Order: sequence, then structure tokens, then C-alpha cells
Amino acid sequence: MLDGFALLALLVATLRAATPLLLAGFGELVAERAGVLNLGVEGMMLVGAATGFIATAATGNPLLGLLAAALAGAAMALLFGLLTLTLRANQVACGLALTIFGIGLSALIGLPWQGTPITGLATVLWPGLDAASPLVQQFMLLDPVLWLALAAPLLVSAFLYRSRPGLVLRAVGESHDVAHALGYSVLRVRYAAVLFGGAMSGLGGAYLSLVYTPMWTENMVAGRGWIALALVVFSAWKPGWLALGALLFGFVTIAQFHAGALGLDISPHLLTMLPYLATVLVLVLISRDATRLKLNAPAALGKPFTATG
Amino acid sequence: MRLRLEARPEPSRAMLWLSPLLAALLAAAGGGVVFALLGYDPWAALGMLFLAPLSSLDGLTELGLKATPLLLCALGIAIGVRANVWNIGAEGQLTMGAIAGGGVALAFGGAGHWWVLPLMLLAGVAGGAAWGALPALLRTRFNAHEILTTLMLNYVAIQILGWLVHGPWIDPEGFNFPQTRMFEADALLPVLVEGSRLHAGFLLALLAVPLGWLLLARTVTGFRLRTVGQAPAAARYAGFSASGAVWFSLVLSGALAGLAGVSEAAGPVGQLQPSMSPGYGFAAIIVAFLGRLNPVGILFASLLMALLYLGGEQLQVSMQLPLAATGTIQGMLLFFLLATDVFIDQRLVLAEARHA
Repeated sequence: MLDGFALLALLVATLRAATPLLLAGFGELVAERAGVLNLGVEGMMLVGAATGFIATAATGNPLLGLLAAALAGAAMALLFGLLTLTLRANQVACGLALTIFGIGLSALIGLPWQGTPITGLATVLWPGLDAASPLVQQFMLLDPVLWLALAAPLLVSAFLYRSRPGLVLRAVGESHDVAHALGYSVLRVRYAAVLFGGAMSGLGGAYLSLVYTPMWTENMVAGRGWIALALVVFSAWKPGWLALGALLFGFVTIAQFHAGALGLDISPHLLTMLPYLATVLVLVLISRDATRLKLNAPAALGKPFTATG
Repeated sequence: MRLRLEARPEPSRAMLWLSPLLAALLAAAGGGVVFALLGYDPWAALGMLFLAPLSSLDGLTELGLKATPLLLCALGIAIGVRANVWNIGAEGQLTMGAIAGGGVALAFGGAGHWWVLPLMLLAGVAGGAAWGALPALLRTRFNAHEILTTLMLNYVAIQILGWLVHGPWIDPEGFNFPQTRMFEADALLPVLVEGSRLHAGFLLALLAVPLGWLLLARTVTGFRLRTVGQAPAAARYAGFSASGAVWFSLVLSGALAGLAGVSEAAGPVGQLQPSMSPGYGFAAIIVAFLGRLNPVGILFASLLMALLYLGGEQLQVSMQLPLAATGTIQGMLLFFLLATDVFIDQRLVLAEARHA
């Protein structure tokens, strides 16, 4: 049975598995609250993962790697913004293109770096703690990016609900025409939100290649970008629910590894299905009530904006 | 003075068909730039990507072979998009088609029954259709959006295949390789050109083109689908069922993708492996848009995409580039297409001053 230590290990593992989902999810939440649906999360995460890994391997500094990953994610988002915001192309199709492009590009740039060893993000050990103790080792797994991901729900809520720019962003997402009439630049707000989303996705991807694994393999994000997208819908665009959803999915991901230890003899393939099946199930549960879903969704989500007057 | 987009009085028909050509050229140029940036000779890479595969009969039959699953999947996706139903799950539906058809081959193949191959094809169609029906049910009954459900079901289908070929269906004499035994001759699609891999599935895919065109352009069902997609309010007023359109397009595109899957299994692959498709189901989305959601256009677009796949394999062999490098060009192709598509409905004009 699980003792206290195993429970702690499970919690730490869950937090680590949830971190990429939290980062990418909150990026996408902000973009969607501004009225932009970017289905390219998976592609942005992969490019972030590859870029972050390469920058770390080349410079030996994982912090530079994280920075590079955030910039790369934002660059991908900029591409998306140019197409959907400036040129007003279809957001669904552009997001898919971004993902397909990102899968290919990351594989291409990451190829020479497959199998390269890196020193991942080190956790600063507090003086006086014994690095050999298993308990301390568990806490050492809690790195700065993870703390950032855990802070994201609070920071994003404070921004959305307690700050003026957050209010403007929500206004743009609910009714771009009204926001425009009030004198706010809809495009500028949307660009900022989309770029933020890209940077967060890039960080989420880099967490996988720098901390979680840590190595680069082709297509290593393995659908987490899509799960992050589904989580945003699941949360009904509410930060609290998004955080909960990400933790839940982190747990499901970890549970599949621990099933064997708990005496369950199930094929790893069937267990790998769990997060995806759970996503479908959750979508069904929250979408059942069409009116509620409609009331919660940003009213201008996915609609291109044309300035008139 | 700056450039500004302005709505055209009428959509440009010339631009509608020029846009894919422009996009293909731009994607090739963009690919060249990426190759050059990564230190490869761009001319050699582009030549290998676009020209080398077309220089032999072998290359041409391979082109038809690769175009087959792309064409089948893209036709279904296009019919869906016409009705504003987004099937991102062709990859999973293809996989389920391969599983269902492959199951028949493993169970009944080898005894020389004439009905094995037809039954495989039927099973493949049914497997894909069932995997399409599931998101249709979730959408119409529970309002869960098909973009996410079809996508998630891709991963589920691939894991089911992985489980089967690692476990219950593994070849007992296969040295524990995760694959089934090779299908017997009576469970394989006949080859069309002696010495090549081009199989009868290509003919089925070609047959689907006029059928798809008839459906969309000449039947009431097609009209209903397009109305539901373009003018939902008008469709409601006319009594056209939106759920009906969801069911029809997801089941049909699932069936076509399933046929693509069983054709791969009973064609070039000849067995079940952990992955039955190098992303055909996703590339087919690009094919559908590149072909203007028009079955005839999709035929040409699928040949272009097949060329990209073939060229990508050449690059992999001769320049050690990953197969996913084709994805870079595929993605750019769709980007440029969406960008040039903007100019179907709009045009650039010089604006003297801008008042915001």
C-alpha cells in the first residue's frame, strides 16, 4: 500500500506531469479570452521543446534554453497572428497548419541533437539539506519552472479579473466591436495575447525536453498540446478549473506508470489511452449543456475582426 | 500612405484556383530557404523533393500508391468541411479501418476463399465509419465538439493498434517484432502494374472522385450539406437537419478513411504494424483545402502531396533528413494557401490615411 513517502512522490510526479499542461493551457486561456482560437499549441510546444533543448545543449545554460523556447513559441504565434489577425484567415485551419508545421520543423532542427546529453534545469539546494536523502531528492524535483507553472493560475486570474489591461482583454474577447468603439486597439490586444500564448506553449514544451525527460526526441510532446486545448474548453475559460483540470490530467498520466506497481496488469498501450479517453469524457460532460457552454465561451472566440468606422 | 485590405465586390474565381499554385511555389521557395538555413544544398534538396520521383515509371506508380490514402481521406474531410464539420480524425479512422480489415485477413486469409478480400474492404469501411460515428454521436447527443473528439480518438486508435500488434495479434514466428504475420495472397489487393506496388485501391480512390463530385454538386444531400455549412439559419428554416449533416459527413469520411486504411494494410504494407500511416490523415486536411474542397481539385492536390511524401523519402535516404521534414513543407503549403486565399475575397489597395 502507499505510505506517506510514496504519496509525496506521487504528488511530485503529478505536479511535474501537470506543468507543461499548466503552462500551455494558461497561455491558450489568455489567447482565447482575447477571442483568438489557436489550435497550434502542439506545434508551438514542439518548436519550443526543440529550440530550448538546442539552446541548452549549445550554451550549457538551461535558463537560456527556456528563454529561447519562449521566444521560439512566440515567433510561431506571431506567424499565426499575421495570418489570422492581419490577414483574417480562418483560425481553425491556420492552427492546424501551425501544428503540422511545428511537428516538421522541430523534427528537422532537432535531428542533429537527438541523443545529445544535457544537464537539465538544476534545482538550487538549500544549504544544510542532505542531497542523499530520498525526501530531499523529491523536493529537488520541484524546479523553478514548475513553481512558475503553479503560480500561473494566480497570476493569470489576477491579471484577468483584477487589472485594467485584463478587463480590456476580456472586453476584446467578448465583443471586439464594442472594445474598438471604446478606442481600444483590438489587434494590438489580440497580438499580445497570442504572443503570450505562444511563449507559454514554448516554455511548456521546453519543460518536457529540459526537465521532464530531459532529451530531445521527434514528436515528444505527444498530444499534450491538444490536451491543453481541451482543458481550456473543460475549464469553461476559468483559471481555477483549468488548474484543476491540468492537475487531474497530470495525475492520470502518472497513474498509468504506477498501475503496475499497484498490481494492475494492463497493457501500457491501453493505459496510454487514458488521458485521451478522459479528455473525450470530460468534453462530453461539460458540453452536454449547450447553453452553459455558450454563456461561458468568449463571445467573439474565433471570429475575425475588421475595423469599421 | 499604406497598404490596406479591401473587400472585393465579388470573390475572384481566378484567385480561387491560382491560390493553390501560388502557395505550392511559395512553399517550395520557403522549403529551399529552410534547407539552406540548415546547411543543406537547397537546389539539390528541392530537385530531389519535386523532380526525382517523377523521372521513372517506378516513381509514377509510387505516386499513385501514396496518393490513394490521401485522396480517400481528403474527399471525406472536404465533404465534412463543406457542412462545417471538422474531421481531424482521419488518421484514427484510417487506423481502425486497417485494424478491422486486418483482423479479417488474419482470421480468414490463406484458405483461398474468394470472399476474403471483399469482406476485408467492407470491414475496413465499417471500422472507419464506426470510428467516425463515435464523434458524430458525441457531437449530436452531447454537443462535444468534433475537432477535439476526433483528434483525441486518433491517439486512442493508434494505441489500440499498438496493443494488438504487441499483444494478441503478434506474429508468433516474428521474433517478437511488434507486427502481425504477413497477409496471405488471397488477402492482398491485386497489383495494377507488374513489378510495382500500385494496387487496386488506387482505382477505388479514383472512383470516389466522380462519386464525391456527384454527391456534392448534383444531389439534394449535397445541397443540404452545403446549406447547413454556409447558411445554418437558412438550413434550419428549410428544415435541413444539422445533426443529419454531422452524422452523414463524419460517417462518410470515416468510411473513406477506413477504406484508405485497409488498402494500406492489404496493399503496400501487407500486414499490421504499430503505425499504418505516416500522417496521411493529417496531410489529407491540407489536401482538402489545397483542392478547394472540390473532388477534382483534391485529386490533383493529393498527387502533389504524394509527391511531397515520395520526395521526403528520397531526402531521408540520400540526405538523412527526417521524414517529418516533409511536414515543414506541408505546413508551409497550408500557411501560404491560407494567406493567398485571403485575396479571393479581398484585394490590396493603397490607403491615403487611416482613421482608426
